[in-house]
This record gives sequence, structure tokens and C-alpha cells, in this order.
Amino acid sequence: MYSAIIETPIDVVHILARVTSRSNGATVLFLGTVRDVNDGREVIGIEYTAYRSMAERELASIVEEAAALADSNDIAVEHRLGELAIGECSVAVAVGHPHRGRAFEAARYVIEELKQRVPIWKREQYVDGTREWVRATSGDTVLVDAGDER
Amino acid sequence: MTVTVLLFASYADAVGRSEIELDVETGATVKDVIEHVRAMGDADRLPPAPMVAVNEQYASRDRELHPGDEVALIPPVAGG
Repeated sequence: MYSAIIETPIDVVHILARVTSRSNGATVLFLGTVRDVNDGREVIGIEYTAYRSMAERELASIVEEAAALADSNDIAVEHRLGELAIGECSVAVAVGHPHRGRAFEAARYVIEELKQRVPIWKREQYVDGTREWVRATSGDTVLVDAGDER
Repeated sequence: MTVTVLLFASYADAVGRSEIELDVETGATVKDVIEHVRAMGDADRLPPAPMVAVNEQYASRDRELHPGDEVALIPPVAGG
């Protein structure tokens, strides 16, 4: 089992290596990437921030739960923080298992629970210079002035 | 007693700070802290019942606090 919050680009090969085993007949890899349009607005980048210590703890709990669910310890997840450009990978989940059903199930569990529980936030930057904090669950956002730096 | 309040993302913007050392009465609850903080900033952007974590674990509004507790007000999370 492996989970981490990082500030450098996610290395997908490295993540896959963590769940590779001779007994696994299936490996599922999920990647979340920054897309260019959200709610009809053109996005040029996303800044991710976190309550880091709690995020690490919560992510580790989710991986443990997924391991119990899938009966496999070959589960790895990384979430990246900082400024990401379009197409860059913000999160990677990898699960290895003897069979594909459990592998898919565990990977889905990790990403869905992460989105519900892990204290990470993203602020989208738009082509018109404005930025907004994203409320992923409702699609709602809080408007932040373009010049509002923290 | 003193507790540390952590604010993130849109809530930090609403209050203009990300960390506050707050003096509260002995026996104060999470709800008391929320009311203090809402009075400090733009209350429209700090909901009356935000998600809260005490010492890095999600907690309810009626959770009683102890000296030195770290109380984080958690905006709707948006990882992934």
C-alpha cells in the first residue's frame, strides 16, 4: 500500500511498479488530468492546495479501506499539488489484483472516496484572467478576483 | 483557552487569513469557533455549518474543544 501527496510531476511508471506482482492478473490505472473546459469556460490551468497533513492521513485511510475491500495490498495513489497546466496529471490510482473485477472496484473506491473526503482544493484559472475555487461536488464556485493573490 | 483555527481556499480568502490563534471560553465547542470566525470575515462566504476537522479528523459542530486543539474549517473538497 502506498499513498502520497506530492509537488512534483506524477511518475506513472513508478506508480505502476508499486502494484506489480507475479500473482496479479489485472492492473487498473486511473489518471485524473487537467482539462481545458469546465462548465463551458476555457481553463488554462489549475492550482491545487491542501490541508496537507490531514490529506495524507485521509488518503492513507482510504487506501487501507480499499485494500480490505479488494483483499489486495497492491494499491497506490498519488495526488499532486501546485500549479498544473492543461493535460497534466493531478492524481493517479493504481491497483493490482489477481482478477480484474476487484481491481476495478478498488480503483473506483479510491478515487470516489478521495473526491469526497480528502481536504484538497483546486482553483481554476480562466483564459479571461479570472480564477475561481471549484466545488467539485455541486459544480458551484466561489468567485475570486483576478488580482486576488494569497 | 487558546485553539488554533486553520482556514483554507475560499474560506481563507473570505477571512483574509489562513491561521488564527483564538481565545475561547473553557468548554467551547466547534460551533462557538465557527461563530467567532464568521464574525471576523465575509460571513456570506463562510457558511453557518461548514465541514470541520479537529486535530486532522472530521468532527461534529457540538464537539467540545480542549486547549491547543487545531480546528480546521474545511471548504467543499475538490481533489482529483
